[in-house]
Amino acid sequence: MTVTTAAKTPASDVPMLLGNERKWTDYFTFCTDHKVIGIQYLVTAFFFYLVGGSLATVMRTELATPAPDIVTPDVYNGLLTLHGTVMLFLWIVPAGAGLANYLIPLMIGARDMAFPRLNAIAFWMIPPSGLLLIGSFFFEPPTAGWTSYPPLSLTTGMLGEGIWIMSILIGGTASILGGLNFLVTILKMRVPSMSLTDMPLFCWAMIATSLLILISTPVLAGALILLAFDLFAGTAFFNPTGGGNPVVYQHMFWFYSHPAVYIFVLPLFGAISEVVSVHARKPIFGYRAIAYSSIVISFLGLIVWAHHMFTSGTPPWLRMFFMITTMVIAVPTGIKVFGWVATLWRGKIAFTSAMLFAMGFIALFLIGGISGVMLAAVPFDIHVHDTYFVVAHFHYVLFGASVFGVFMAVYHWFPKMTGHMINEFWGRVHFALTFVGMNLTFMPMHELGLMGMNRRIALYDPQFTDLNVLATIGSYIMAVSTIPFLINAAWSWRYGPKAPANPWRALTMEWRTLSPPHIENFEELPVLTTGPYDYGLGYIAEEDPAELYEHAVPAPVAG
Amino acid sequence: MQGSIDTAQSTINIAQEGAASHHEEHPDHRMFGILVFLCAESMLFMGLFIAYITFRLVAVEWPPAGTPELEILLPGINSLILISSSFVIHKADTAVKKNDIAGVRTWFGVTALMGAIFLLGQGYEYANLEFGLRDNLFASTFYVLTGFHGMHVFVGLLLMVAVLWRARNPEHYSSESHFGIEAVELYWHFVDVIWIILFILLYLW
Repeated sequence: MTVTTAAKTPASDVPMLLGNERKWTDYFTFCTDHKVIGIQYLVTAFFFYLVGGSLATVMRTELATPAPDIVTPDVYNGLLTLHGTVMLFLWIVPAGAGLANYLIPLMIGARDMAFPRLNAIAFWMIPPSGLLLIGSFFFEPPTAGWTSYPPLSLTTGMLGEGIWIMSILIGGTASILGGLNFLVTILKMRVPSMSLTDMPLFCWAMIATSLLILISTPVLAGALILLAFDLFAGTAFFNPTGGGNPVVYQHMFWFYSHPAVYIFVLPLFGAISEVVSVHARKPIFGYRAIAYSSIVISFLGLIVWAHHMFTSGTPPWLRMFFMITTMVIAVPTGIKVFGWVATLWRGKIAFTSAMLFAMGFIALFLIGGISGVMLAAVPFDIHVHDTYFVVAHFHYVLFGASVFGVFMAVYHWFPKMTGHMINEFWGRVHFALTFVGMNLTFMPMHELGLMGMNRRIALYDPQFTDLNVLATIGSYIMAVSTIPFLINAAWSWRYGPKAPANPWRALTMEWRTLSPPHIENFEELPVLTTGPYDYGLGYIAEEDPAELYEHAVPAPVAG
Repeated sequence: MQGSIDTAQSTINIAQEGAASHHEEHPDHRMFGILVFLCAESMLFMGLFIAYITFRLVAVEWPPAGTPELEILLPGINSLILISSSFVIHKADTAVKKNDIAGVRTWFGVTALMGAIFLLGQGYEYANLEFGLRDNLFASTFYVLTGFHGMHVFVGLLLMVAVLWRARNPEHYSSESHFGIEAVELYWHFVDVIWIILFILLYLW
């Protein structure tokens, strides 16, 4: 059978299951298949993204006018706390874990994760954690912000705060178990022919992410346990009136929560390294530089936390240290951005939805990165601390990089995960709306912050009204932008054209099995015949043995 | 070529059956997993230790005025018991490598007993201390750190009971397959090392 005949779509009325298309009920079971768990993570995370997005939309509606007229300031505090917590702990972290779960074993030629049952247990901790948190909104939401600084968090209501702590502890445990699984799988379960430097860059990024999770999440757990003692047992670890020290909480909190921003974004750094290379048909520029910079980021990420605390009375020598380490982080991230741009340069770029999101990712992350270097400078940081400039900065990083990255990854791996091609036109519409809405929402916030508008407050000085209206309009565009994505994904999953094993003609191993892959991923354990990014270096995917492609019925467009 | 759907479908079925009936040798990564987990767990204690050290270094007076002196004799004996139990549990590991299951039962039993004595000693100490959890920052850190460690000792005891329960069947552990024994031993060493640091920080410093 030659490839050209296989590329024709055979006429058939019988809907055919491709590879191992799962029944939809399988996704509601305690299943140990990493592919099921990956999709469970992604779908659950996306549900929480919609929840967090709705909260944000209500907040932006409230902020359209200077007065607190839509919701009371108390409700607003609950909204902002839940928005931050849901988006970080229930959307970005599980979304990254979902991608890692789905992709790591396929990319390294393993049949499953190292500890499949542990993997399923870790996933099933996410729904209770999320439901606890969201449920709290209906009786007593936590209102101390996602940072929950004491003594504020000790005075704003015991119940809400207790639920918040419980929810983060459960989610954090899930995250630790996931990180453990990723690390052991990548280090121990690669096919024998794959050395560390033959791995796809996504796996490198996940090594760095897992290390960060394993090192820093337990420290947050420690801080939250002490906070819980303060809250319920009447101790005074962080309560200055009892002789405690609230700054210690801040140190422990940021020892996790700064590395956490790399936990949020590193998996997507890995994913974009796959996407730009495939859709530009060029070898990735500087494989080793991108691979090692992930590890450097995870190391540096552990020693910069106090830049969140320049206004907490930190001594000047400490500020100096953290300012320098923070600025140094711009080097490994800059290396990555350079590598991606250099990969695009003179490539045969296909403007697929995945590639559009990748380009949006690079552009927005660059803006977020530059404002990050600005914020690292102590004098500037003290000036704009707790203003909307900070809000703008971290949304450019978290939304511009992480969320764009997740969408990019979904568009890229949708054919592999579901066995169906996703509609490209609506993908582009989704991209355009998200990109415009995102910039319209967060760009004005830079200006607002420089003018001195405080974050986390329901009401503001009327002089800031115009830019706030602009941001609110942008947020509505973003809210609307999820609709084409939702409909497109659901429709394509059910009715989209059947995807071939390798629609993008990519070289990494997840594309060398069926779409979706069957239960243990590969019939025979694959053998490396090419590096992960050797596009145009003599390897021609079309000359692969035909049996690699014959199980799949390729989509007409991809033929 | 038009018949390729059926062929493809049957190939897939065969492939799936093939995959399901695969019995490749799966290398055992569980010990490595336990090691990674214990590294993460030690970061939890590390966070608490550093919090303690910071509280102490920042404080004007430590322990805060009016804190009674800590008795050192009983906790010292307790520490010796816990530390020597690490050597005892290692004898179980040596025994299982010689297929000596009776030895495993003995040494695990002795270790569990020593762990239980340690916990009782700690309970006795708690009962006789002159300060309570809420009295001051030192008292709070003392109780939370030792209590947290004690909880880990208790989990270790449960794990040992589980191993003893499984070892009723002499076939269960062998010189080739004894993950449970090794894992509990590693965990016990971890609990031990944490206690040594804790003892130095709380009692000796």
